[in-house]
Amino acid sequence: MKTVTFEVFRYDPDKDKEAYYDTFQVELRRPGYLLLDALNQIKWELDPTFTYRRSCREGVCGSDGINVNGVNMLSCMTKVEDLGSDHLVIQPLPGMNVMRDLVTDVDDFFNKFITVKPYIIRKSPNPDKEIYQSPEDRKLLDGLYECILCGCCSSSCPSFWADKKYLGPNAFLRAWRYIVDSRDEGAEERLPILNDKHGVWRCHTIYNCVEACPKELNPTDAIVKIRKMLLDQQI
Amino acid sequence: MSVKIEYHKFDVVVVGAGGAGLNAAQVASQYCKTAVVSEVYPTRSHTISAQGGISAALGNLEEDHWHWHMFDTVKGSDYLADQDSCEYMTRLAPEMIIALEHIGLPFSRTPEGKIAQRPFGGHTAEFGKRAVKRACYAADRTGHAMLKTLYEKSVDQGTHFYSEFYALELLMNEGQVNGVLCYDIQNGELHIFNAKAVVFATGGNCRVFQTNSNAHINTGDGLALAMRKGCSWSDAEFFQFHPTGIYGAGNLITEGVRGEGGILLNAQGERFMERYAPTIKDLAPRDIVSRSMALEVLEGRGVGPNKDHVLLKIDHIGAENIMEKLPGIHELSLVFAGVDCTKEPIPVNPTAHYQNGGIPTNYHTQVIKGNMDGEEYVPGLFAAGECASASVHGANRLGTNSLLDLVVFGRTAGEQAAKYAAENSLVGLVDNAGSEGVANINKYANANGKHTFGEIWGELTDVMQKKMSVFRTEELMTECYATLNELEAKMDDYKVNDKSSVYNLDLIEALELNNMILVAKACTSAAILRKESRGGHFRDDYPDRDDANFLKHTEVYLEEDLKTPRVDYRNVRQKPISVETFPPKPRVY
Repeated sequence: MKTVTFEVFRYDPDKDKEAYYDTFQVELRRPGYLLLDALNQIKWELDPTFTYRRSCREGVCGSDGINVNGVNMLSCMTKVEDLGSDHLVIQPLPGMNVMRDLVTDVDDFFNKFITVKPYIIRKSPNPDKEIYQSPEDRKLLDGLYECILCGCCSSSCPSFWADKKYLGPNAFLRAWRYIVDSRDEGAEERLPILNDKHGVWRCHTIYNCVEACPKELNPTDAIVKIRKMLLDQQI
Repeated sequence: MSVKIEYHKFDVVVVGAGGAGLNAAQVASQYCKTAVVSEVYPTRSHTISAQGGISAALGNLEEDHWHWHMFDTVKGSDYLADQDSCEYMTRLAPEMIIALEHIGLPFSRTPEGKIAQRPFGGHTAEFGKRAVKRACYAADRTGHAMLKTLYEKSVDQGTHFYSEFYALELLMNEGQVNGVLCYDIQNGELHIFNAKAVVFATGGNCRVFQTNSNAHINTGDGLALAMRKGCSWSDAEFFQFHPTGIYGAGNLITEGVRGEGGILLNAQGERFMERYAPTIKDLAPRDIVSRSMALEVLEGRGVGPNKDHVLLKIDHIGAENIMEKLPGIHELSLVFAGVDCTKEPIPVNPTAHYQNGGIPTNYHTQVIKGNMDGEEYVPGLFAAGECASASVHGANRLGTNSLLDLVVFGRTAGEQAAKYAAENSLVGLVDNAGSEGVANINKYANANGKHTFGEIWGELTDVMQKKMSVFRTEELMTECYATLNELEAKMDDYKVNDKSSVYNLDLIEALELNNMILVAKACTSAAILRKESRGGHFRDDYPDRDDANFLKHTEVYLEEDLKTPRVDYRNVRQKPISVETFPPKPRVY
């Protein structure tokens, strides 16, 4: 059976003065063996003190974003064999405070996402029935609403690392999802938040977030469109 | 572990942040100070995985009626559901869908801009005459779209969130529920939430089976907590084995695939569901399709080297159609089966998917305790979603009725809990409040014995899969129960290696495993004593439904040792609110 070396970031604030790396030999027990299978193998058979987040195990809950050989990804949707290496360095998502091992503090990430008012804002009264939305208008939400809040994008972004108040690509993607929704009337409330000095202008369009997104979404595109909307308003 | 406890006071505390918990919270928050405690961040709850749709007789594409929906739900339940709850849920369905749409849920649309609808298993027009388009959907990410919408709405409403808080004990004072003890996974601290009303929305427990579609967190914790405080688990023996789990992995392929035209094929390339359900074929309810698939395999018509599964073909609807309506399925098939479903069929077999029963409630979501002689309320306790049973699913749930259940009864729970909080004053904590939960976590935090999670969970899921799944017999289940007792004994010689106060998953898994063994014992005892076949409970030794003896809810309580199940029964509420009763009939599709 093929084995792969996992060099894993370890840190427990209860006992460690500083972080270190542990090495495990993980067996790939079937074709398509996933990174999450490997993490479970480490925990359940090799070292029960190793810790990480996981839940749905099918790429929708967003719990298990990690960094492997420098790239952010979901452990439950990545096949070890597809990484093309016998030596994997496993780290928590970068740019976030590490709580322990692969577990990062995501409160800041969630709080920033909330500041862009990610919900429908209506000024007109609602009809008794559904608010009609054409298939074309609904299609505008594709590529935006599927975000799973895993943090792979924001934690790959140098602006997010450098500016602790920068809202980050995820928040902009979510803001744009509501701004373009034909049912929403809240753009005016959101745009000043996005126009802040910690807003969309901090993006250097280096597309790390696009590379990192496991759902193949495009936050940079949303940022560019928000900027255009801001500029159009000033004219 | 320290016994320092931080105290909080709320009007309403909701345990669990899936669709039911969040809908309860966003409603209750409009009236009173409401907290949500959840083992995971709210957007990571298992509702996120729901794919195919949520049913409501909107009639957007063809004529439909809530009364037809109610009939389908009752018939789908093999007549074990409470018909007042079924009427309540199906009548409220259209306005619930509209309410979700108004708060932003990105439903797929018809050409004229209405909410799109697709057919789903067991949903019919005119009381069983033909399949009907009743499932509203957002591509194949309906649960994901719903959960995020509800989370964002509850944030907007000012709900107080306590994420990565694991519930240890339901608190009571002289029969009155008044709070919950929680463990903060992030730093190991203990918290007591003292509240006027508590809503349980803690989800299901299908992680007790080896092949399952569930998230790691679906371990029956809420059920175990409620049972330890004298509540029962209603209809515990009824699980849903969803027909189309990905072979080998168990992950779900939505029934929406068959709703969009997908068909099941055996090794001879035959569309075998035509033989088992001539009218609605592949869109028969899940219990029937799962059993038909298992029969095909038993009779040697399975596919693959071991002839142990069947194929789900969808490529004939066209790649563009698949990518528009079923994009998530395309991704899951690629990762978990290595199959491009726009070109090849997906290998599937049944996977444990849903707990049909739960903590019993009436349709106002008030938790009840009962037996054949009557029922009483548990004051201050409400329950909704998969952990609860208002009973709209009975012996078999229809696809898309779970999302409907959780939004309807989630909203009702939020309203009822807020009303209860407005009418009652806060009941103080007893002197040693939380001591049982603290003792339990300390037992495992200090456990220094022999057995570990990986070993015992492996044995648990193995025995449940082999002896308590699609086909059951007295002999197999009795053996299963004996094994479960052995596993329970091993929990007294358990080892938690991790002693950290920060994100100690080893400790959480020990607590979850302890709960899983308890619920496994409870459902196995219920299944042994139900000597008939009904819905998802199929017995080779009693293959027929027996209405004379078993048209009644099972209620599993715990004996005083808090370990041994005691099986009791309660009458089915066959009388609806306003319409005539649907009397039991043979289930033919």
